[in-house]
Order: sequence, then C-alpha cells, then structure tokens
Amino acid sequence: MGRATSKDAQALIHSLRSAYAATPSSLKIIDLYVGFAVFSAIIQVVYMAIVGSFPFNSFLSGVLSCIGTAVLAVCLRIQVNKENKEFKDLPSEHAFADFVLCNLVLHLVIMNFLG
Amino acid sequence: MAVTKTEPINGSTTKSSAPPLQSMPLKSDLLSILSLKSLRLKTKQQELLIRVSILCLVYVLAFITRLFSVLRYESMIHEFDPYFNYRTTLFLTQKGFYEFWNWFDSESWYPLGRIIGGTLYPGLMVTAAMMYWGLRFLRFAVHIREVCVLTAPFFASNTTLVAYFFGKEIWDTGAGLVAAVLIAICPGYISRSVAGSYDNEGVAIFALLLTFYLFVKAVNTGSLAWGLASAFGYFYMVSAWGGYVFIINLIPLYVLALLITGRYSMRLYVAYNCMYVLGMLLAMQIRFVGFQHVQSGEHMAAMGVFFLMQVFYFLDWVKHLLNDKKLFEAFLRITVTCAVGVGAIALGVGTASGYISPWSGRFYSLLDPTYAKDHIPIIASVSEHQPTAWSSFMFDFHILLFLFPAGLYFCFKRLSDATIFIVMYGLTSMYFAGVMVRLILVATPAVCLISAIAVSATIKNLTMLLRTKSKVSQTGSTKGTGGGKTSSKAMLDQSQPFQRNGAIALLFGAFYLLSRYAIHCTWVTSEAYSSPSIVLAARGAHGNRVIFDDYREAYYWLRQNTPPDAKVMSWWDYGYQITAMGNRTVIVDNNTWNNTHIATVGRAMSSYEDEAYEIMRSLDVDYVLVVFGGVTGYSSDDINKFLWMVRIGGGVFPVIKEPDYLVNGEYRVDKGAAPKMLNCLMYKLSYYRFGELMTEYGKPPGYDRARGVEIGNKDIKLEHLEEAFTTSKLDRSYLQGQAAK
Repeated sequence: MGRATSKDAQALIHSLRSAYAATPSSLKIIDLYVGFAVFSAIIQVVYMAIVGSFPFNSFLSGVLSCIGTAVLAVCLRIQVNKENKEFKDLPSEHAFADFVLCNLVLHLVIMNFLG
Repeated sequence: MAVTKTEPINGSTTKSSAPPLQSMPLKSDLLSILSLKSLRLKTKQQELLIRVSILCLVYVLAFITRLFSVLRYESMIHEFDPYFNYRTTLFLTQKGFYEFWNWFDSESWYPLGRIIGGTLYPGLMVTAAMMYWGLRFLRFAVHIREVCVLTAPFFASNTTLVAYFFGKEIWDTGAGLVAAVLIAICPGYISRSVAGSYDNEGVAIFALLLTFYLFVKAVNTGSLAWGLASAFGYFYMVSAWGGYVFIINLIPLYVLALLITGRYSMRLYVAYNCMYVLGMLLAMQIRFVGFQHVQSGEHMAAMGVFFLMQVFYFLDWVKHLLNDKKLFEAFLRITVTCAVGVGAIALGVGTASGYISPWSGRFYSLLDPTYAKDHIPIIASVSEHQPTAWSSFMFDFHILLFLFPAGLYFCFKRLSDATIFIVMYGLTSMYFAGVMVRLILVATPAVCLISAIAVSATIKNLTMLLRTKSKVSQTGSTKGTGGGKTSSKAMLDQSQPFQRNGAIALLFGAFYLLSRYAIHCTWVTSEAYSSPSIVLAARGAHGNRVIFDDYREAYYWLRQNTPPDAKVMSWWDYGYQITAMGNRTVIVDNNTWNNTHIATVGRAMSSYEDEAYEIMRSLDVDYVLVVFGGVTGYSSDDINKFLWMVRIGGGVFPVIKEPDYLVNGEYRVDKGAAPKMLNCLMYKLSYYRFGELMTEYGKPPGYDRARGVEIGNKDIKLEHLEEAFTTSKLDRSYLQGQAAK
C-alpha cells in the first residue's frame, strides 16, 4: 500500500512538473512573484510566533500586504492567461493597469496602518 | 422636404410611439411639431431623454417627500440618537479632525467619561462636515444644523439612483426605473431617513446598496477596478453603521452558494478576493472596528470562504494542468484532507482559547431571538428590537409584500449570478426583518428591487400583447411610472381579441395598484413617520392644534438656570438630548455601553428615598430629571418605563426584585399598588404634589390620565430633594439638597 502511494506520488509530481513546464514564461514570472510574496508572509508569521505580536497592527499590515499582493497577482494571472475564455477581450495592458492601481491602494492603506 | 422628412418616419414606424399618418402631410406636420420628432431625435435618444427625465423627477420626489416635519414644525433634529450625532458633528466642524479623533468626553457617563473618538462610526459626521465645508467654500452661509437635518433626504435621493443602476445590472433598464421609484417613496426606508432624522441609517442604506451594486458589477465583469470600487463602498459602509456585519456575512454566503451550485467562474475569484482583502484592510482603519475582522466570530465566515476559495481554485488549476483523472483524485484527497484539517484545527484553537471572540449579544440575538430577554435586558427593552408584526410589514411595504414572491419567481426563471445575489439578499434580509422591527430598513432595498422585477416583467409581457403589427398601428398603453421598452414586434392574432382586452384590463389593474401604493406611502409618511418625537402635537378640545414643546423647555431651563458643572441624573433615554441641548453632564446616556452604571441609576430610581440619596451622593448628582405624562395622557413617560429600570437594576443588584413592585403580577399605581412601588423614588418624583391637581373634568384630583387611574399615594413628602422646575405639562426636575437632619 505504501509503495503504491509513493509510486502514485512520484507519478503525480512528474506529470505536474511536465504540465507546468508548458506554461508560457510570462505566467511563470507571475507565479514566481506569488510564491515570493507567500514565502515572505510565512516568514513574518514564524517571526511573530517567536517574538510575539505586540504592535498587532504592524504585524497585520505586513502579512496582509504580502497576502494582498499575492492575491492581486493571481487575479492578474487569471486575466492575462490566454486560456481563459471569459477574459479574451480584455487587453493585457488594461489588466496590468488595474493590477497596479489596486496595489497602489493596498500599499497606501498599509502605510497608514503600519503605525 | 416632405420626402426627406417621411424617410426616418417610415424607418422607425414600428418602434416609435407617435402615430404617423403619412397620407395627410398637413396633419403630420402639426403632429411632428408637437411630438419629440421636432427635435430631430432618434428613438434611442428619445428613450434616453425619457429615462433621464424620469430619474430627475424621482430624485426630486425622494427628497421632497421627506420634508413633512420641516414644513409642519421647524427644521430641527428628531428623536434621541441624532442629538449625539449632531453634537459630534458640531464638535468636528468647530474643532477640526485632530480634536475629533482624540476626543475624550467627560460630560457623559460621569464619572467614567467616554472615549468618543474611538467608539463611534464616523461616516455620518464626516459626510455632513464635508458637505458643510463644501457649501461654505462656495460661500453659502448655512448653519451645520440645516446640513444635518437635510443629509438623510439627500442620501435617499442618491439611493434611488443607485437602485436604478442596480436594477439595470440585475434585469434591465425598465426594472431599474421601477426600482428607483419604489424605493423613493417606500415607507420602510422613509421611517429612518426623514428630514431631521440625522442617524447612521440615513447614509448607511446608501452605502449598503452601493456596495452591493459595485460587487455585483465586479462579479459580472470580472474587473479588478470594479472590485476596488466595491472595497471602497464597503469602507464607507463600515465607517457609517454597525450593520456592515450583514455585508461581510452575506457576500461570503453568496460566494459559497455559487461554489456549491457550480456557477463559479474566474470573475467570481477576482471580484471576491479583491473586495475582501482591500475591504478588510480599509475597514481596519476605523478605530471602532479595529482588529475585529481577524478576531471576531462574526467576521470569520468571510475569512473561511477566502481560504476555501484559494483551495478550490488551486484544485481547479491543478485539475486543468493534469488532464489525468486518477492522479488528480489522489492529489485531491490529500489536499482536501490537509486543508480541512488545518482549517478545523485553527478554528477550534482560536475559539477555545478565546482569541476569536464569540458572536456578540447584539448579533447573536438575531439568530436566537429569545436570547436577549433572558440575558441582556437592555437590548430587550428597546422598542425597535421587538419582533415584527404582520401589520408592520403591511404598513411599511404595502403592495410590495405580494410583489416580492412574484419577483422571486421571475428571478428563478432567469437565473444568473446577479439574480442569485438579489434573491439571497432578499431572503436573508426578510428573515432578519421578521426578527427585529428595526431591520425592515435593511430589507427595503431588496424588496423594492425584486418587486420592481415583477412589475417590469409583467408590464412588459402585457404591453407586448398589445403592440400589433397591423396597418393601423396602435400605441401600447404605457405605465405612468415605468418605461419598459420592447424590442420585438408582436404579431397579434386578430382572432383573439380577448387577449388584448384582457391585457388592457390587467394594465389598468396594475396602474390602479401602483397609484394606491403611492397614495398609501404618502399618507404613511405624513401621518406616522414625520413626527420629531421631541415636539408633540395633539388636538385640543376645540379642534385647535396644541404643541407640547416641554422637552426643549426643560433642557433650556437646565442650560440657563443651573451651574455649568451640574450633573443631571435621568434615565438613559434622555442622555444625548440633555448633553446636546442642556449642555450639562449626565450620568448615563443612550450609548448604553456600561450596563452596571445604568443598573446603578435604575437601582436609585427604584429604591426608597434614603437609599437613593446615598447612591446619588456617591455619583455627585445635583439634579434629577423625570418625564411624567399623567397630566396630558402621554404614555411614553418614565412610569411606564419603570419596570425596565427595575429589571435592569435587578439584573446587577439582586436587592431589587421585580415582584416587589407588582401586585399579583400586575403593574399598578393606584391604591392597590405594592407598598414598595408607592414609596420608591420614581413614584415620589413623578407624583409629587400631583394629588392636588385636577386633570380631567369629573374625575377626582390626582387622576393619572396616562394610566387611567387615581393614584394611590397623594401625600408625598420629599426629604432629600426639592422640586426645582416643572414644565407646563411633562418634565420635572428636582434639585438634590443637603440632608435635613
């Protein structure tokens, strides 16, 4: 049973890898950015677990800025991805401009909230 | 010239509403001058003109129908809560933002004080202050009171515009127009937004509808910009009213419903995530809300759905990548068990350790209506928090009550993301409206929108039956209020004249119903919802109008005849008004944030005079204010509220027991009343020297007109207090002096 599942897991990882390699590089850049943002959020949470959450608003603003920008990048990826039929009339410059605008608002609010 | 003129007439014959009689050029000239064609407008432009003029008229209508009390009495602030809002707005305009955010008020809740800067919802005050500064900048010398009085009608007009756009988004422009008209005059909304009712709900309903409209627009278009706009709408709502909890729970519920029924799409992901993250961050900028979005149980549904969405869409993406069912299923199993496990553990640990606070009493009593009566008497005592009777529904909604199920039927016939949303909004808000009278206000926009769909769809179908494509073209009988446009030419079978006659009859019936609705709404507004509560009117014996302005008389007496640092004790209802108009420190007021303090006052009012004197000494009380309606028959006075004082006081101090004040479970003030009742402070203060007064012809002196009995204890002597001032009919103030001994 264990061997079956490990073989399954290997086949899973292998097919995931090969399928992912086929995605266009612009989307891969966005995925990299998302991964980086989530990674910094995790680091901040671990730091908070060690040191304590005293200025809670600072902790929240740090974590939420990472999560927020990750989520917005995922939205951008969805809108820019050629395979999504719903967004085929949306020019990618428009999607990027929306992304920049939302990030601007996000970070302005974060600056206010940092204390 | 005639040739070129008839060309466009020919081309748009079937869509226009003016009868073209081409065979008589003279007549056609005359008619074309009178019709819109003389302006050389095409059909689309005519339609735009009609729509814009309807919206302008509705805008003006929504404003002027709320002005009854300003015309009848004067431009003043009504009720109790608006006086606090007025006082804070005055402070903001006089002292500026910095002082406002950092305001610690030592004039209320003596000796505790209240941190006003951090415990109010600033949206309303900031909005009124902005309008005031804007008008001042344009050199209109208005007083802030006028701006405050007219804020609610102005925002009601804006709500009708938002309702139009929302209706257009859900159904079509016809439904939007009907929705705008319905909500302009609907009594459920008017009740909390008349001129003078300067309360949070006046702007909050505008913000609520705006947020919902922007969110539905974001879901329909999948655009990040609309999601950002809805986040700002949510921010405005959070700054305006505590009812924003409804939004932050309804939208996740909607997303969950879409996920479960399989109607999800990429647009939903973009809309919800953008709105949730940005909205949450913006909402946390309001000090009163603070960290509740991550710490309070009421907001956890939104966070749960957020995480669920990430998992859900991630799985969707992996499924799309893999193209192999077996592998995917294995992956699915692992991920789902991990995600559910982690989520459950986090939720469990958070709730058990108390980090995630449970649902607060205010909102829990909506889910369990019997909770407040047993555990939180203050919430149960407010008259607006009682369950709603059918008559209230009929009073506030009239024909919308049966148009609502009809609209639900139409929505189900044509399900889309937007109609699912409005159906969920309608059903959940109707449930809450049934639990608490005050929440009829929240249900009103949903009911108006859904009823508008019913009206618009029905009238559209009926007029389609009427429009024929015969040689002599007939005009479809159009509605006075709605402008439903039809795009198809219906070919009518001439052998079924009954269909057309039936359609005409039904259209007349619909017109009749809607006109009755308009009459009812205007009557309700005029009779029931336009009284300022602080000024009362009645008919005298000769039919003349008698005005009772006693409240303001008493407050101005306090302002002008007591030392500036005097402290006034009264029941919490009058606290805001005393600080705003009397400008004196009060012990408790309508904010009701400290139950023990209110219970102390309740205990003082229900004790014998000696014990009450001790309590009043400890609170530094100088004056006691009591409202008494026995002379005029006013039934909202303190003796009628007295049992709540006993219950609230008894909730904290077990020495006060409610059965002591009742006789066989009955509340009496005449000779047969309980001895503790006859000698408690409230009784003595209300009926002091009342035994000598003849109130009604043919009745003995000391006849209480509000209770309809002769009072029991006519010979009242006060030891520690002396009567300071009694207004002509209602209010009595007592000065606390030194002990006689």
